[in-house]
Amino acid sequence: MAIWVQEDSKLLIQGITGSQGRFHGEKMVEYGTNLVGGVTPGKGGQNIELAGNEFPVFNTMMEAINQTDADASVIYVPPPFAAAAIMEAADAFHQIKGEGVIVCITEGIPTLDMVKAVAYVNEKEGIRLIGPNCPGIITPGDNGGCKIGIMPGHIHAKGRIGIVSKSGTLTYEAVAQTMSIGEGQSTCIGIGGDPVNGTGFIDCLSAFEADPQTVAVVMIGEIGGTAEEDASEWAAENMSKPIVGFVAGSTAPPGKRMGHAGAIISGGKGTATEKFAAFEAAGIHIARDPSEIGAVLKVALEESGLL
Amino acid sequence: MNIHEYQGKELFRSAGVKVQEGVHCKSVEDALAAYDSLGSKVVAVKSQIHAGGRGKGNLYCPNSGDLLMEGGVKIAFSRDEVETYSENILGHILVTKQTGPAGKLVSNIYVEAGCEIAHEYYLALLVDREEKQVLIMASTEGGMDIEEVAEETPEAIHKTWVNPSTGLLDSQKEDLGISLDLSGAALEDFVGMIGSLYELFVSNDCSMVEINPLVRTKSDEIVALDAKVGFDENASFRHKEWEDLRDYSEEEPTETRANEAGLSYVKLDGDIGCLVNGAGLAMATMDVIKLYGGEPANFLDIGGGADEAKVQEAFEIILEDPNVKGILVNIFGGIQRCDIVAKAVLAASEKMGLQVPLVIRLSGTMFEEGRAIIDSSDLDCTSVETLAEGAEAIVGLIGGGK
Repeated sequence: MAIWVQEDSKLLIQGITGSQGRFHGEKMVEYGTNLVGGVTPGKGGQNIELAGNEFPVFNTMMEAINQTDADASVIYVPPPFAAAAIMEAADAFHQIKGEGVIVCITEGIPTLDMVKAVAYVNEKEGIRLIGPNCPGIITPGDNGGCKIGIMPGHIHAKGRIGIVSKSGTLTYEAVAQTMSIGEGQSTCIGIGGDPVNGTGFIDCLSAFEADPQTVAVVMIGEIGGTAEEDASEWAAENMSKPIVGFVAGSTAPPGKRMGHAGAIISGGKGTATEKFAAFEAAGIHIARDPSEIGAVLKVALEESGLL
Repeated sequence: MNIHEYQGKELFRSAGVKVQEGVHCKSVEDALAAYDSLGSKVVAVKSQIHAGGRGKGNLYCPNSGDLLMEGGVKIAFSRDEVETYSENILGHILVTKQTGPAGKLVSNIYVEAGCEIAHEYYLALLVDREEKQVLIMASTEGGMDIEEVAEETPEAIHKTWVNPSTGLLDSQKEDLGISLDLSGAALEDFVGMIGSLYELFVSNDCSMVEINPLVRTKSDEIVALDAKVGFDENASFRHKEWEDLRDYSEEEPTETRANEAGLSYVKLDGDIGCLVNGAGLAMATMDVIKLYGGEPANFLDIGGGADEAKVQEAFEIILEDPNVKGILVNIFGGIQRCDIVAKAVLAASEKMGLQVPLVIRLSGTMFEEGRAIIDSSDLDCTSVETLAEGAEAIVGLIGGGK
């Protein structure tokens, strides 16, 4: 089953004629993603060639969804225009289909733009926003799969482990760790490292808990905010499937932004120590070193009688 | 990005948030002229640095290290006191709870007219990550460390969240004022002030505005005696005016240089330099170095899809740090190609000369090509396959570790 996007989900690219849109569009098509077209305002009516296939370009998301019946969109629009692109997609999916998944890759969107965009998306029932500032979401299939974002497709394989993470490259590290013990992934989601984003840890855990394909989850957090603590509390009450957790930033100094806009310890809050403690209290299996995620996952699977 | 109090107060003034009259000064003469022009018998002489806790900080001589004065914010009752205080502040090092032991050199002061205080309050606006809305926090316990208030008397902190589609409602403004026990003219003044402040927060893309203390004067006016303002750097493309407000002397020069090259760099106290792609992996690399008994010298994220020039700049920044005794390069290529990193590391090492041990871990996109480039070169380095191996190797090579 996997979660939110399936192997054959139909995808649109917002910003398909830009350099990022074209580059990652090619990679997604090569991986096997069911790309059905894209949107660039003012460039509608043309076709664009990606990995040897022709795709239609539309002016608006309304037009694009009406013509292609897309299930999801991925946004590679520059920061000044990204929040508007999210709201346009939310509105169009909501009006035409009543549901849709919007994945925003863009890094550097002003926080107050995201406050507006997230409030807008939350008013539209059935619409899910993933990101921004994230690697995207991937559901590996038997033959290719559905890759929406910028992650390297070739490191993944279809399997039974769900992965959710605030970080991009650390997600790839987690994927490699599952592969090192012979496990594949159901769905991997990067929720992004911005202070204000769409889908959070709890949304992902709850979907993995309900997904029959997923038997265990790897959750990767980082310093800043209290999303990891809130997710731990929720998991202790609601998750029957084992979770392996890691938090990046144990050595980060307070008051300094560590790359991601949201990765900052402010007023003594949001430290890795607090987050690891919350994981432990919730019965989450802890890896202190990302190179140990595989080994810890193996123990967790054994304990649950899954190996 | 943070700005100084005197700059924040200029913003307040133009937005209609009441502040006392004040003058930004860079010399003792400026300060005396400011005192004369303000026409107030009592003035505050305030050190301007980008850190809190100034009032309780201490000033030291940068050469001798001698303590010159206790308190970085002083109330002066005469022209002579203005002279003494500004002499003690300017050109000296202010150490506060937030600056760390090295403190900060003070080159600016703000001389501000005094006022008759009836009560001190705390007020802050910030983006609440969990609620995903702007949060306004107010407390009757002004002038205190707000973290202490939150710890000891959380009920004394009143909070309200602003729905972005409706904006700050009149009822919210009034309720917040009432929760601070304000009434009559003071309540009316507060309601007007908080409305202006919220507008200022949004139109300037602030990440934080903190006023501690906000005061009620004896004539029932609400006045901001402090102004701590931070901007959301992501919005800099629509605020060209920030460039004039930026004080580069407040920033670590290497961090500014890295920033200009599109790199994310934070200087740390250790001796193992790290070059990594991705913020999460960069933090994890530091953490694992520490797990193996080493200390990271920096956080450095080259981002995704960095070209050779950018990676070379990153490697040079690490090589130039005199504290660095060893380097760990950790790449898990997604968009980033490992061969580009390998070429850039070689080029930088040839240009600058590599005097310290180097450990390289290349994984992901084009890692075989990357490793081949390293292996076929004369570069003196250790190649490893995982982050843990890399951390263990570099800590061992510099003679540290458990």
